[in-house]
Amino acid sequence: MTASRTTLLRTAAAVASVGAAALVLAGCVAKADVAASDALTVTSDDSSCDVSTASATSGTLAFDVTNQGSEVTEFYLLADDGLRIVGEVENIAPGASRTLTVVAQPGDYFTLCKPGMVGDGVGRASFSVSGDRVEASGDDAEQKQQAIDLYAAFVKDQVEQLLPAVQQFAADYAAGDDAAAQAAFPRVRAYYERIEPIAESLGDLDPRIDYREVDAVAEGLDWTGFHRIEKDLWVPAQDALNADDETPAWQDWAPSTPAQRQALADGLVADVQELNDYVHSADFQTALDEQGIAGISNGAISLLDEVATGKISGEEDWWSGTDLWDFAANVEGSKMAFSLVRDFAESKGADGEALVSQIDDGYAALEAQLATYGSLQDGFISYGQLTDADRRQLTDLINQLAEPLSRLTGTVLS
Amino acid sequence: MTDEPRAETPVPGRGPESGVGTAAAAGDGPAVGDGPAAARGLGLSRRGLLGLIGAGTAGLVVGAVGGTAAGGSIAAANAAAAGAGTVHPFTGAHQGGITTPVQDHLHFAAFDMEDRATRDDLVSLLQDWSYAASRMTQGLDVSASGAVDGSPVAPPDDSGEALGLPASALTITFGLGPDLFGKDGADRFGIADRRPAVLTALPRFRGDDLDPLASGGELCVQACADDPQVAVHAVRNLTRIAFGRARLRWSQLGFGRTSKTTSAQSTPRNLFGFKDGTANILADDEAALDEHVWVAPSDGPAWMAGGSYLVARRIRQTIETWDRLQLQEQERTIGRDKREGAPLSGGGEFTEPDFAAAGTKGGPAIDARSHVRLAHPDLNDGVRILRRGYNFVDGNDELGRLNAGLFFLSYQRSPEQFVTLQRALSQDLLGEYLRHVGSGVWAVPPGASPGSFVAAPLFA
Repeated sequence: MTASRTTLLRTAAAVASVGAAALVLAGCVAKADVAASDALTVTSDDSSCDVSTASATSGTLAFDVTNQGSEVTEFYLLADDGLRIVGEVENIAPGASRTLTVVAQPGDYFTLCKPGMVGDGVGRASFSVSGDRVEASGDDAEQKQQAIDLYAAFVKDQVEQLLPAVQQFAADYAAGDDAAAQAAFPRVRAYYERIEPIAESLGDLDPRIDYREVDAVAEGLDWTGFHRIEKDLWVPAQDALNADDETPAWQDWAPSTPAQRQALADGLVADVQELNDYVHSADFQTALDEQGIAGISNGAISLLDEVATGKISGEEDWWSGTDLWDFAANVEGSKMAFSLVRDFAESKGADGEALVSQIDDGYAALEAQLATYGSLQDGFISYGQLTDADRRQLTDLINQLAEPLSRLTGTVLS
Repeated sequence: MTDEPRAETPVPGRGPESGVGTAAAAGDGPAVGDGPAAARGLGLSRRGLLGLIGAGTAGLVVGAVGGTAAGGSIAAANAAAAGAGTVHPFTGAHQGGITTPVQDHLHFAAFDMEDRATRDDLVSLLQDWSYAASRMTQGLDVSASGAVDGSPVAPPDDSGEALGLPASALTITFGLGPDLFGKDGADRFGIADRRPAVLTALPRFRGDDLDPLASGGELCVQACADDPQVAVHAVRNLTRIAFGRARLRWSQLGFGRTSKTTSAQSTPRNLFGFKDGTANILADDEAALDEHVWVAPSDGPAWMAGGSYLVARRIRQTIETWDRLQLQEQERTIGRDKREGAPLSGGGEFTEPDFAAAGTKGGPAIDARSHVRLAHPDLNDGVRILRRGYNFVDGNDELGRLNAGLFFLSYQRSPEQFVTLQRALSQDLLGEYLRHVGSGVWAVPPGASPGSFVAAPLFA
């Protein structure tokens, strides 16, 4: 956590309504500053995250988090999808305590801690809130800052999970355990695909991590990253063609040697480490602050554009056919960003309400169709199994969502 | 007024108040799009639509509308035909794009309603389309904020490629397909009991090789203009407005009109190199229009009175084979000479063919299986149609043949007229060089009344 961010969070006394959400983050404030209606204690160590109770009544809740572990830890309150962050407190040093204060709406949530600040976290547990809905208050600027902070937290969380997943994936690949690496490939990529626009804003980082062969060749770049590894894991037939439907797959290509594999594995890990360093830097927070909520809204839009232009054509994961995983992760990331600005759009009168309604419907319809092909948890069918009619239907659903979504930023800022 | 261009330098507030609408009553009238679902549209400003329409009827060229004023308006249309700024009104007794002097370019599109679309969605779509069409046919952007006057952080309402271009005689004609009135036993939009009895899918014809994905459609849009960019702009923006309610099913670009609807227009040639549409129904032939083109109140249903039925056929021409045909064989196949378009029985282009006349080699001068004879009203109980087709060339096929042909469009009082003529053509010598690869039929409602929208009476 940067100094400026610490200050910000410590002084944020207001509540921000978060999406349809459920909870309103009041910021991470010193314990003495709040008069919580309901104090809860959380004990975090390197392998557990014990919350004093698994249920509470709606209203202002304060989670007093004590770190009894050996690493810096974080505490998260997640929405019922297990993905959307509705409150988080970070940078809790070993032996220290910090408090997360939220205005809790009725609903189901998850709690978890993340010692070491990377990975999936530990002690994931259900948490339920009963009672009546609580009206949010607080001024607009503060609510917007809360949305930005929550988006920053989401991005950091995804990259923190990406890093160890990539380390394992790269190790398996380098060691020649292709079965393990194949199984991990689409799951690892999901963390990246949810936040792809962030990486793409970083000059040559995305090209190193995620370029396809045809693009790297076209731009004269040294081809590295996920897709180079993918081709080693799914070795093409001798007569196969590349994603341009023209270049022979084996032209200027051969399966990597063990030494090449090690170099590619190390390179990918280093690049993802660089991404992780960036999203934890002051530069990242500054960039988000400067973009404001428009940055979040634009993130939602650009992730869906990724789907509309790249994923739907099946050209992203040419050798593995795992495009639907990327597709679903893009949609999840887009929806996450939308959920953070949803209330701002909905507050813009009848037009805003209608827009939000259209976008809600659009996500729901697209998710329902995607669910017929699988899930990120259980896996998706190969892209090649989709018929032309399937692709047409998905395209229609993307258009139905993308058209109103394209007006989100303008509405939020109006 | 007829030369009113799109503003070359759009300025804030440009629109009906500051532009063509000045001739009309000012104020916020009942707006076209103010339906139950208007809020889900593109955020189009609907202010001043009445102003637009008022200006259209008051000051703009009234092209070839039917009815008592037709004669006078034809003259006006012809006088202005040379100007790219020609503007045809969107409202009126009949929709534009039927008797309107045939423009040089076409973009035709067929749509299907989305699976989850409701009756409100259909109504709001027709409202939003009508509003957008009423603007674009005047040479205006699709909405008041248009291509460049909206929020910098929102995508523009209008795609912008027609900025600076005149109206170019644009007409936009909307049609409703049979499936809209119920499909597979489901009456999705609550209009099954209002289906015109004659609106059913066309029967199969000899020579049909139809692609189902390039046929049919629950809605259709015919955009005709003298500038292809203006026609494409119209369909592109109407498609965008439809996202979430209707999806594009198929579309077709056309160039080089293959018929005429006014006597002042010369008879154009099709890709076989022959004049086409010499005997078409013309806009000033009110009696023929009433008998063959416009749905009469007695025909029913009431909401179609003043409307028409549109048949579209995508007819692939095997032109490479045709081009190797001897001239006399080409002429025998058509039944007219190639230079003038005169019937082979003699005379000039407009001489009536004499099917009894003997030729020089024995037999009739006009072959019994020639196109002109089989399609002639005299051999079809007087059945006539108003043709409005265009040539198309969509690149080439995988065998290196030009993917070319005729995009046939005809308007008639009942689709049965087309069926009669098409059946008569089953022995047509020309059939050897034709393949029907796309097909559709739509009910084309009468023109919208000012302040209302196309097909409004259907939902009343």
